Amino acid sequence: MTTSEQRFPVTRRLILRGAGSIALTGLGLGIVSLHSAPVLAAANDKYPEEAFKQKDGKEAIKLLYGRTAEPSDKIKLDAPEIAENGAVVPISVSTSLADVTSIAFVVPENPNVLAAYYKIPQGTLPNVANRLKMAKTTSVIALVESGGKLFSATKEVKVTVGGCGG
Amino acid sequence: MASTIRVRAIANGDTTEVQTLIQHPMDSGFIKDDKGAFIPAHFIEVLTFEHNGKPVFIADWGTAVSKDPYVKFAFKGAAKGDELKVSWTDNKGGSDSGTFKIA
Repeated sequence: MTTSEQRFPVTRRLILRGAGSIALTGLGLGIVSLHSAPVLAAANDKYPEEAFKQKDGKEAIKLLYGRTAEPSDKIKLDAPEIAENGAVVPISVSTSLADVTSIAFVVPENPNVLAAYYKIPQGTLPNVANRLKMAKTTSVIALVESGGKLFSATKEVKVTVGGCGG
Repeated sequence: MASTIRVRAIANGDTTEVQTLIQHPMDSGFIKDDKGAFIPAHFIEVLTFEHNGKPVFIADWGTAVSKDPYVKFAFKGAAKGDELKVSWTDNKGGSDSGTFKIA
């Protein structure tokens, strides 16, 4: 499912993009990454309920994207070094990667690891700021889907008081 | 009831920056009440922003988004005075929506 040469495994996402993308796949992978219809996919995508229930970061990423992420220094993940209140941790991400179609946040130590998943249609900038709960000190992972590939950045946030109850 | 959605959308040239605050408990289902019983999960699942009938930003949220969630993003192609439609639905079937002018 997630080998690097197989860039377009048959996932929910691909099925939803429909015949258009599949036809383009035949023309070459580079073209697909530029011309697949992110707007359409974003509009049709259902809420990824199963991914939000995952307890393991890798599983959630696999369910959501059907592939693994590679680290990228083009993603800027902004989070506090120390979060005094784990219930409200301001986290933002911006990236210089092109053709971004989605951004997601994963907090591996939380009971449900996937925190948020943002669909970025064409014309929307790949910058998102939000506030998340964190159960304890962990590395927050930001995932950026760009041109059909998946990239990630991580940053450790020390949490003094957890935000998921005892 | 007053809207649960507060939006500040400001156009600067071609780019519109949108900041949103929503009133919602965002209960994770992992917190106990005074009597030691778990408070059932109650959280926004999908939050959508539309400009001219076209989605410009869609947020899928889990239980780890903070209470009274805040989100900020920016998109291109809107002008001052345009309308931005914002709507959300939660896991218990609750929902709210509103239309906001871009300043």
